[in-house]
Amino acid sequence: MLKYSLPLLFGTLLLAGTAPLQASAEVTATRQKELLHLLRHDCGSCHGMTLKGGLGPALLPDALAGKPAATLEATVLYGRAGTPMPPWRGLLSEEEVAWLVAILKQGVPDAH
Amino acid sequence: MRIKLPALLLLTLVLGGCATSLRGTGDLGLIIERADGSVLIVESSNRQKLGRIEGLGDLSHASVVYSRDERYAYVFGRDGGLTKVDMLRRRIAARVMQSGNSIGGAISQNGRLVAVANYQPGGVKVFDADTLELLADIPAAYGDGKFSKVIGLEDSTDNRFAFSLYDAGEIWTADLSDPRRPVIQKFRDIGRLPYDALISEDGRHYIAGLFGEDGLVLLDMWHPEQGARRILDHYGRGEQALPVYKMPHLEGWALSQDHAYLPAVGRHELLIVNRHDWKEAGRIALYGQPVFAMVRPDGRQVWVNFAHPHNDTVQVIDTVTHKVIATLKPGKAVLHMEFTPRGEHIWLSIRDEDRVDVYDTTTLQRIGSMPALKPSGIFFTARAHRIGL
Repeated sequence: MLKYSLPLLFGTLLLAGTAPLQASAEVTATRQKELLHLLRHDCGSCHGMTLKGGLGPALLPDALAGKPAATLEATVLYGRAGTPMPPWRGLLSEEEVAWLVAILKQGVPDAH
Repeated sequence: MRIKLPALLLLTLVLGGCATSLRGTGDLGLIIERADGSVLIVESSNRQKLGRIEGLGDLSHASVVYSRDERYAYVFGRDGGLTKVDMLRRRIAARVMQSGNSIGGAISQNGRLVAVANYQPGGVKVFDADTLELLADIPAAYGDGKFSKVIGLEDSTDNRFAFSLYDAGEIWTADLSDPRRPVIQKFRDIGRLPYDALISEDGRHYIAGLFGEDGLVLLDMWHPEQGARRILDHYGRGEQALPVYKMPHLEGWALSQDHAYLPAVGRHELLIVNRHDWKEAGRIALYGQPVFAMVRPDGRQVWVNFAHPHNDTVQVIDTVTHKVIATLKPGKAVLHMEFTPRGEHIWLSIRDEDRVDVYDTTTLQRIGSMPALKPSGIFFTARAHRIGL
């Protein structure tokens, strides 16, 4: 048990103490770190490293407010036809996408 | 003596600003440190780092052009920052926040104007290269009062620039003979989602890549009256393209004597185009989706890097045989490549390993490395004298 709760605690601290614990329970702390790196550098190549937008739209909490998490998760998993947004299914699991969307909606810590 | 002393003092103060003794700038360059908003000033003759300059804002997507005396670099940042860097004094000479979100820029043929392509607000702004004073604002208005993101801003001859409107699917040219009164010509309905563009070294052929369809658009700057025409139309021939995890870049395009080598969107292929009739001359199968395809200055090799998840690899193509002659594994996330002015070496930025490696292009062996923080673009001053770079 201790082995599991420690990474969780670490993950919680990493996410400024407001991480969605339900989601993070399925995504290990190590993986969370990788996902934040991916978000910053790979998603960031279109959406901006600070997520203020680029060729793709801004992904800041204000921009995502009012958009249901399920819609956003589907966009990440399946992409958006007619736009450059690719499907991440196959590279990311549903749990990981749910975790990322939750993080985006509350604001990514240290998003710069 | 009374006259000489202040003069000497002044001279000392002036020279004191330089970090070293008298030197040229032809072997200098900048490396973007994308996560920290800093740039490294490097020297390619001895492969060394000369200094770091901080405070350039968000450089998560950044590019650089140089003044014709190769002393000043103009750095275009993601956050709309335009920073003029003094390569000799190794400090910021001037800086303006000119938009909310920008993608890149170009410098005019006469070196007097620096133009920036903006996403937000969509359009092009033109600045005095000396002072960074705003001279012209060209909003990318289209349709019913909308504004398009602008991409692929390139300098041509006769003080013209060409650029593309991503959302509108248009190419515009701007004649800045009178910088405060740009003369715009618009080419409409060129195709869906032009995502980047390049211009040939003679400033004649402007080519925009399309994301929304298979094909590219060619505008002959010597014959604008012929309009923009489609080349390599439907190169995918109805096949389903692969998802694209990083947009290809066209600038720094691969051009040998007879052929152009262009990254195919959503495919593990490089398209070979005949430069005389602009028809497809073949394809080269690659390890992944190409991002940059860059030709060695003598035209003999093309070096290609790849999108996620193949971005640990670089391939080298012989332009005579059109064969892949090497598949290198420089490290995790190779973002950019830059040849030394005559091409004996190539510098590679390896983002996730926080270093820049130098390869010999003849032996294809790594000959050096230097630490850099999340490096992305590498830009040598030799770009100053090339149209379109």
